[in-house]
Amino acid sequence: MVRLCNAALSGNEVKRSCMLAAVAISALLGGCSSDTDSLQYGPNPQLPQPERGLLPNMTIAEPASWGDQRPTVPSGYAISAIATELQIPRQTLLLPNGDILVAEGRGGNALKLKPKDVIANYIKAKGTSSAKSGNRLTLLRDADGDGVYEVRTIFADNLNAPYGLALVDGSIYVANQDALVRFDYRDGETRASAPPVKVTDLPSAINHHWTKALAASADGQFLYVGIGSNSNITERGMTAEVDRAMVWQVGARTGAHRPYATGLRNPTALAIQPGTGQLWAVVNERDEIGPNLVPDYLTSVRDGAFYGWPYSYWGQNVDTRVRPQDPDKVASAVAPDYSLGSHVAALGVAFSTPTMGEAFADGVFVGEHGSWNRAPPVGYKVVFIPFRDGRPSGEPMDFVSGFRGSDGKTRGRPVGVTVDPRGALIVADDLSNTVWRVTPVRNAQ
Amino acid sequence: MAVTIESRYSRAIHPLHAVLLAGTVPLFVCAALSDAEYASTYEIQWSNFASWLIVGGLVFGGIALVFAITDLSRPARRAAGITSYVAVLVATWVVGFLNALMHARDAWGSMPGGLVLSVIGAVLACVATWFGFATPRFRGMK
Repeated sequence: MVRLCNAALSGNEVKRSCMLAAVAISALLGGCSSDTDSLQYGPNPQLPQPERGLLPNMTIAEPASWGDQRPTVPSGYAISAIATELQIPRQTLLLPNGDILVAEGRGGNALKLKPKDVIANYIKAKGTSSAKSGNRLTLLRDADGDGVYEVRTIFADNLNAPYGLALVDGSIYVANQDALVRFDYRDGETRASAPPVKVTDLPSAINHHWTKALAASADGQFLYVGIGSNSNITERGMTAEVDRAMVWQVGARTGAHRPYATGLRNPTALAIQPGTGQLWAVVNERDEIGPNLVPDYLTSVRDGAFYGWPYSYWGQNVDTRVRPQDPDKVASAVAPDYSLGSHVAALGVAFSTPTMGEAFADGVFVGEHGSWNRAPPVGYKVVFIPFRDGRPSGEPMDFVSGFRGSDGKTRGRPVGVTVDPRGALIVADDLSNTVWRVTPVRNAQ
Repeated sequence: MAVTIESRYSRAIHPLHAVLLAGTVPLFVCAALSDAEYASTYEIQWSNFASWLIVGGLVFGGIALVFAITDLSRPARRAAGITSYVAVLVATWVVGFLNALMHARDAWGSMPGGLVLSVIGAVLACVATWFGFATPRFRGMK
């Protein structure tokens, strides 16, 4: 196009305009990528070349209320809402007597540094609930076992964006956005008997990714905390990323901590694999290099491993947006175990049990919050990843869907998932502020 | 033979138009300098400065463009050279707008295109300001 302009016309200004037009058109075209690629799952996802047109894709959820509708579950299963009108429920914890603890809240105090932050935050907010942050733990109890959780109390209040939950030896550990705290717990309590004790501070400056995931080791000695990065790709500077994008191992009694694994951009949920005691995480990867980059993933978390962020993704694929680069770190990066697909925003993970039914007996459930910057949108469901011999094997299977209806409206967004060993899946939904419970029909109570 | 001299009171560029037009120079030039510093030091705050300076330049330049197009469309204020001035000012604004989108990319994603467009935008802003002040706005003598 530039050559045509040069040949046909003279004059510097007209040439400049032609070049600008050519730049503009090709740049805009670069942003209109055709989305014929299907999502790539599993250990070796096909990763396209990074691309970024001038206009980023932002497809917001249009919230709508459920009304009489419910999410869709496979045949042979039933779903019901066991609590509504919560205040941003995110993660849940099952207590030994069947009670459910719900962590409610929303955190983060990241400043808007660029014009783009102002616009992007406005668009992201349109896909989230306008309820105010609960900053509390709610306890749900089904005393008579009929599937209706008639008892509802506030177990603890005045927390600071609680997210991760774990029960160890008579203590309930709660990962607030700024600290790991511990409540004493006796079976059957509906309210915390005393204010919590702080175990350790957690990195909380800026808190661009504020969620602090939590899991307790099988022997109860350690707690693992998932700490997200303070940016998408270091656009807040490298110093903001000290002690971020990693999993900490914290001594349960001492509070002493060390980095357990690093380079995990935002490990939003952690779970210990029954039997092996291996730590697994779901991780949200980076944005703005294309609708099919970079896949969010489910991975085993190995002591001392580096998983790439920010320098590379899926092993040695370099992210050129990071300066200064670090080829040594790129070379040492470990590729994750299983891709869930790009931009699905996995926020919950839980290992299943045979009581969930034969088809879903061995594997993990993953809560996918759903995309905000991909057209067409993805996620907005709970999927099941089958395992074989202790490793993920096979394609994800939809387990709870319909959060984003065929009418394009979004009625819910799943976050944390918890498996009740007696045969139920508990799903937190932070758009409709509901906790859902899915049971196999033969177990229905 | 009678020679008719028609001249109107020579009006210079409107004062507010002048301030806004001239203001685009430090805004776009400093954006280019900030981008150059970012390219040289990798310190992200320079890129943030550039983002806001470009937006400022677009606001100033956009309002100046409204004045300029008004001048273009009113015969009493149109004179030789005004079309070139408007064309360069439009080019400045378009380059600035594409540059703003380029700076919306995270971290080094805004480079090297951001620096290139910032320099082009700075040059165009200076040229547009020169044209804008140099262009008379009176009906020519006959």
